[in-house]
Amino acid sequence: MLSKSQARGFFVLGTAACAIAFIGLTIDTFRQLPERTRAAEITPEVAQGKALWESSNCMGCHTLFGEGAYYAPELTRVYERRGEYFIRAMLVDPAAMYPGERRMQRYDFTTEEQDALIAFLRWAGTVDLNGFPATPSLMPMATAGGMAAGNRPQLFNTMCVACHTLGGQGGQVGPALDGVGSRRDAAYLRQWLEDPLGVKPDARMPKLPLTDAQIDEMVAFLSQQKD
Amino acid sequence: MRFESQRVAWWFFATCMLLFTLQLVYGFVMAFAHAGHDVLHDVIPFHVARATHTNLLVMWLLCGFMGAAYFIIPDEADRELYWPGLAKLQLAGLVAVGVTSIIGFHVGWWEGRKFLEIPRPLDYLVVVDVLVFIANIGMTVWKGKRMTTTSMVLFFGLLMAALLYLPGMIPTDNQTVDSYWRWWVVHLWVEGVWELIMGAIMAYLLIKLTGVDREVVEKWLYVIVGFTFLSGILGTGHHYYYIGTPRYWLLVGGLFSALEPVAFLGMAIYAITMAKRGGRNHPNRIALSWTVGCAVMSFVGAGFLGFAHTLPQVNMYTHGTLVTAMHGHMAFWGAYAMLVLAISVYAVPLLTGRHLHASPASTFAFWTSNIGMIAMTLAFAVAGVTQVVLERRVGMDFVTVQREIEIHFWGLILAAGLFTCGILAYLWVFIRSGWPVGRVLAAQREGEDGYAA
Repeated sequence: MLSKSQARGFFVLGTAACAIAFIGLTIDTFRQLPERTRAAEITPEVAQGKALWESSNCMGCHTLFGEGAYYAPELTRVYERRGEYFIRAMLVDPAAMYPGERRMQRYDFTTEEQDALIAFLRWAGTVDLNGFPATPSLMPMATAGGMAAGNRPQLFNTMCVACHTLGGQGGQVGPALDGVGSRRDAAYLRQWLEDPLGVKPDARMPKLPLTDAQIDEMVAFLSQQKD
Repeated sequence: MRFESQRVAWWFFATCMLLFTLQLVYGFVMAFAHAGHDVLHDVIPFHVARATHTNLLVMWLLCGFMGAAYFIIPDEADRELYWPGLAKLQLAGLVAVGVTSIIGFHVGWWEGRKFLEIPRPLDYLVVVDVLVFIANIGMTVWKGKRMTTTSMVLFFGLLMAALLYLPGMIPTDNQTVDSYWRWWVVHLWVEGVWELIMGAIMAYLLIKLTGVDREVVEKWLYVIVGFTFLSGILGTGHHYYYIGTPRYWLLVGGLFSALEPVAFLGMAIYAITMAKRGGRNHPNRIALSWTVGCAVMSFVGAGFLGFAHTLPQVNMYTHGTLVTAMHGHMAFWGAYAMLVLAISVYAVPLLTGRHLHASPASTFAFWTSNIGMIAMTLAFAVAGVTQVVLERRVGMDFVTVQREIEIHFWGLILAAGLFTCGILAYLWVFIRSGWPVGRVLAAQREGEDGYAA
């Protein structure tokens, strides 16, 4: 039967072997990290963004690389998914962006700080995460065609789908946009996008920071959405 | 109680009770926010509640480990604490740092790094405070009449916990590197050196409560902590799957994480076997319930649920969802919260001289809190799995999914209510036991502990 000194030997040797292996793997990991994390692209702006990410405790609600709290969306690919305009609008006035939904703290970041956070999130999206986050494998079954269907403008697929669905895809904060081109004419859509509150004083949709060219694009696209 | 200086342990346990109660309050704040009632948004926003909830946990567990060490080490080393006065000062220091951090969180003074939110200047104070504690314990062991395996394992566990706090302070601009070191602290604590502390405290309790021979208990203690490190150190890899670290961590982390339940299963079998083998019918039966319960619940929460969540194929979808919260709650409860409550329920009657351990409230506390925690875990599981399927598999929008699972947080709140009833009963027994004015019984033989047989 096992003696106490044999048990101690097992503990000491096992621990030492694993600790050495762990330190070896750590050294190798650090050799690979500059390339995998595109460390050369960590500009002072990205670093400032990381500092803001920490001082604002964004991780207290969001996850990044899947790490953080589970109260707010995962942000690893947010730059790709929502785009710069959406992120900036969210940082300026979070309450306006998801009316009546779960609220984000308002931080009153300066433009420079917004730029830094956007740069940080853009960088985060370029890190090689071994395939995380996975593409939702059941999505094509659940929706008619998904995001790729019909030549959708990129702006629509990043910003508008945060709250609206089209073809079953998107958020459910605002109404679905299927057939909106049959219900509303181009002039109304343009007015609505320029100033929702001007059209309907109790509108819940925020005035989005869109350029004239972007509004033209959206009006053209939405007008095509006929029943 | 055999030494006057062991009395200081009571103050640590009392602090635990206070911090634990406060932790529950913040848990409810978050649960209501998740259920769609973020009524305290402007006073205690979610990220403040979250930082407070987790840091209170870390703080009260550390406080409990320290209390346990101040109680166990003099008994094991067979002498008074080396610096009895310093122990009180050290507690005061810890409380001061803790209170400052908690207030700091409410005004945005924090680091914003999960579990290590304590602001940097206070980090240094924590280190100093812990080093004072280590020195006190170390000198007591060193100058003691005997050096037992239990006291050595406990001492090295505490020392390593203090040292492993340091990698978390390495400055970097790279989020991946930041996370890498952060897990050195968090993972190597909870799935490494804290298990040394756990093993040692459990061994002490089993020796006292079951009367099984010290040599047998301590031999198996080595085997258990051996398995813990064999799986736990390289098991850190399960945090390195998807944060930018190389792909081989999927293999290393997956393989060694899969071994982690073995250590916990070993711990559970060990506790149950010792409890059965013990010829001694110890009067403090509820302390044995907490001890064996701790081993069993940590197997379920940390071992089994941890295993289920850390398989790389599963973790690809569950990483960063409420499934983590499911595993986290039961793991921390089983492995560490129950352990501190076990040593406290054992030590308090000796410290205060009032033997209320057999009271109905004491039994009620054990069963109600455990049933409550199992129900909480189930509520988190339903919410978490639903989130995984809808968001990660079907690709529904985050906000939509969260609204879909709000109902499960009402289930969580009910379960947490039950859990809280159990904890309040525990607190009630603790308060009724009164001040630490128990008699010091100098002459005791091995295995005798001041409980009337």
